[in-house]
Amino acid sequence: MSFELILFYLFAAVLTVAALGVITVKNSVHAALLLVLTFFTAAALWLLLQAEFLAIALVLVYVGAVMVLFLFVVMMLDIKIEPLREGFVRYLPVGAIVALVMLTEMLMLIGLKVMSAQTLPPDPAGASNTAWLGKALFTQFLLPFEVAAVILTVALIAAVMLTLRRRVGVKAQNPAKQVAVKASERIRIVKMESASKGASTP
Amino acid sequence: MNALSQITLSHYIVLGAILFCISVAGIFINRKNVIVLLMSIELMLLAVNTNFVAFSRFLGNVDGQVFVFFILTVAAAESAIGLAILVVLFRNRATINVGEIDSMKG
Repeated sequence: MSFELILFYLFAAVLTVAALGVITVKNSVHAALLLVLTFFTAAALWLLLQAEFLAIALVLVYVGAVMVLFLFVVMMLDIKIEPLREGFVRYLPVGAIVALVMLTEMLMLIGLKVMSAQTLPPDPAGASNTAWLGKALFTQFLLPFEVAAVILTVALIAAVMLTLRRRVGVKAQNPAKQVAVKASERIRIVKMESASKGASTP
Repeated sequence: MNALSQITLSHYIVLGAILFCISVAGIFINRKNVIVLLMSIELMLLAVNTNFVAFSRFLGNVDGQVFVFFILTVAAAESAIGLAILVVLFRNRATINVGEIDSMKG
């Protein structure tokens, strides 16, 4: 048994236990934290496959951004957990049966034949996985890459517009109005005749 | 004997299958809580991504890893918008219970 295989079984056990924890714990904050552990372990498993760039990207994007967002929302909303937990015991057998049947079918499809066939080939990426991925990304997949950037921008604007709310009766400055102001709007020059001494009332 | 002492492709496929089935069970048993539903979807995407990376590595083809890159992008966008909708929903209805969100039932 090689060292990599021992590491694989260790990470796989942590991954499975953490994923089971995500779907069963009572507190949503704990579920989010267990999901962080799941993603981190998955990144370690991807590192075992020498997919360094994606492993680091998973940690940065998911653990660093998406899970912080999850935690933020979970802690911001004042949620009563009890009504959300009803039906947990009732649906548990159905969920378990469906999951087990699906797992059995998948394992039958995968079969044991593959088990003895494919061992890890030499790394096709050569020295750098990032360079390998980057070359494909910026030549063959350039258009999808740009479309992905557009999707992220659209998602950003959509998320901001969804959660933005205009309150009435709030005193705030309007920067656009402040910048667009002209001198004639601030100072009014009044032309009037100067009163001379001689013309004053006698 | 060689296969049982080294990591093979099916190790990763079986792991992906287990993870996927756990997340399907999570969707079944947590059907009232939208936040855990979103987390289950993220777990499902992780299982699929693991399969993609494993196949890409074992077949020596870069396309799988590029696809994982795009899945990560779209999943990040999806969870951001999903959580934004969740915040707006909670602001308007003061609940995230799926059973109570039935105003479009007709």
